[in-house]
Amino acid sequence: MIEFTDVVKCYEQGNKALNGVTMQIDDGEFCFLVGPSGSGKSTIIKLITGELRPTSGTVKVNGYALERIRKREIPLLRRTVGVVFQDFRLIPNMTVYDNVAFAMRVIGAREREIRDRVPYVLELVGLENKANRHPGEMSGGEQQRLAIARALVNNPSTIIADEPTGNLDPARSFEIMALLQEINNLGTTVLVVTHEKNLVELFAKRVIAIDDGYVVSDGRER
Amino acid sequence: MKFSNIGYLLKEGFKGIFLHGFMSFAAVCVTVACLIIVGSFSILAYNLDVMVQDLNQTSEILVYVDSDLSDAEARSIGTKINALNNVLQSTFVSREQALQDFVEDHNGDSAFNGVQPTDLRHRYVVTLEDNTLMEQTDAQLRQIPGVADTKAAYALAQGFSTIQQVLHIASVALIAVLLVISLLIISNTVKLAMYDRRDEIAIMKMVGATNGFIRLPFMVEGFTLGMMGAVLAFGLEWIGYDALVEKISTVDALKLFTFVPFETLLVPMILVFAAAGLFVGIVGSWTSIRKFMDV
Repeated sequence: MIEFTDVVKCYEQGNKALNGVTMQIDDGEFCFLVGPSGSGKSTIIKLITGELRPTSGTVKVNGYALERIRKREIPLLRRTVGVVFQDFRLIPNMTVYDNVAFAMRVIGAREREIRDRVPYVLELVGLENKANRHPGEMSGGEQQRLAIARALVNNPSTIIADEPTGNLDPARSFEIMALLQEINNLGTTVLVVTHEKNLVELFAKRVIAIDDGYVVSDGRER
Repeated sequence: MKFSNIGYLLKEGFKGIFLHGFMSFAAVCVTVACLIIVGSFSILAYNLDVMVQDLNQTSEILVYVDSDLSDAEARSIGTKINALNNVLQSTFVSREQALQDFVEDHNGDSAFNGVQPTDLRHRYVVTLEDNTLMEQTDAQLRQIPGVADTKAAYALAQGFSTIQQVLHIASVALIAVLLVISLLIISNTVKLAMYDRRDEIAIMKMVGATNGFIRLPFMVEGFTLGMMGAVLAFGLEWIGYDALVEKISTVDALKLFTFVPFETLLVPMILVFAAAGLFVGIVGSWTSIRKFMDV
C-alpha cells in the first residue's frame, strides 16, 4: 500500500515540488498518475522509492515509513517496489536472461532460484524465446517488456511505471499497458505515471491528477 | 550479505576488469607510472643517504699520545678511549706504523729517508658513533691523561650531518608530495571507470542491492588493478635499477658512487609497493564509488 498524508517536498534551491499531497493506493490497485511536466509526478516516484525524503508529512510504502526510514532499510523497501522507466535502463552488454537474472543476483538470490524464476518471468512478458538476445537486438516494445520482467522478477508487491510508453508507438504502448494490467490481475499493485491521455481513457482505471504540486482530482476515468 | 554470494561478487569483480578493458588498462598504467616515480625517487634518496653516511663514517679523530710515555703506557690508553660513550672504535697506530704509512702515502719518496720513528708520536685513530657530537668527544679525549693532542675535522663532520638532514627532509617531503599526486591521479582514473558504469550502479540500487553488495566487486576490481600495477611497477623498477647500476659501474668517472644492490632493498620495496598498490586501488575505488552510491 502507498499512503501519502499532507506531503510537502521542498528542494534545496527553495522550489516547492509538492504542496500537501494526500492520497492512498491500496494493495492490488491499478492507478494512473497524470499531470503536466513539472507538476510533481517524478517527485512522487522518488519519494516512493526512497530517493527523496518528504520535507513534511508522512509517506508509507509497503509498511515502510519513508519520512524516518533508516538508510540500510532502503534496499529492503526497493525490493518491494519494481520500477519501469521510459528509457528502459537495461544493461546493453548483458543478454535478456542476464538482465533479468542480474536483478536477482544483486539482492543475493541463489543460482537455483534464479534458474527457476527467470524463465517464468520471461514467459510472462512473452520473451521466453529471446533469452539469449541482447537489448540492442530488440525493438522498443520488447525492451520495455524486458524492463518489466526485471522489475517483476523479485516478486515486488508494487510496480511503478514511469512513462513506460513514452518511447513506443501506439500499438506497442497498448501491448505494454495490457501487460501491466495482466500483472495487476495477478495481485501486484500497479502505478503508471503518464501524460498520454488516450491510454488513460482506454483503460478505465483510477486516475490521480496532479498539477503544481497539488492533487487536483482523484477518480475513475469514464 | 550471504556467504554464498561471495563467489559471485569476486567473479563479478574480476569480470569487471576485462569488461572495462581500456579503463582497467589506464588505471594500471597510471598506477605503474606513479609507483615507479615514487619508487625511483625513494631508492635514489636511500642511496644518497647511504653514500653520505659512508662518507661521514670516514670522519675520525686522531689522538696523539704523549711522546714521554713508554710503548706499554701508550697502548694502555686505548682502554680509556674505548670507555667513552660516543667512541665506536679506536685503533692503535705505533710510531713505526705511522712512519711506514706516511712514506707509503708519499710513494716511498727518498726525501723521508732521514726521518726516524721517534720523530713521530704513537697515535689512535678513533671513529665515533655520532659525528655530530665530535666536539664534545674531542674535549673528553683531551682530558685523558697521556693524550698530548688531538686532530678532528669538526667542520667536515658537521657538513656531512647537515647534508644528511637536508636530504632526509627533502626526500620525505618529495615522496609525500609524489604519493599525494599519484593518489589523486589514480583516484581520478578510477572515478572515470566508475562514471563509465554509473548506469549499472543505478540499476543495482534501484532493484534493492545493498551498498556493500554494490561496493564489493568494485573493491575487488580496485584491489586487483592496484596489485597488478604494484607487481608491474616493482618488476620494472628492479630491472631498470639493475641495468642503471650496471651501466654506472662501467663508467670510470662515476665509480665514486656506490649503489646498494636491489636485493638488499627487496623486502622493504615489496612491502612499500604492495601497500601503495593496495592503498591506491582500494581507497581509490572506495572514495570514487561513494559519489555514485547516492541514487
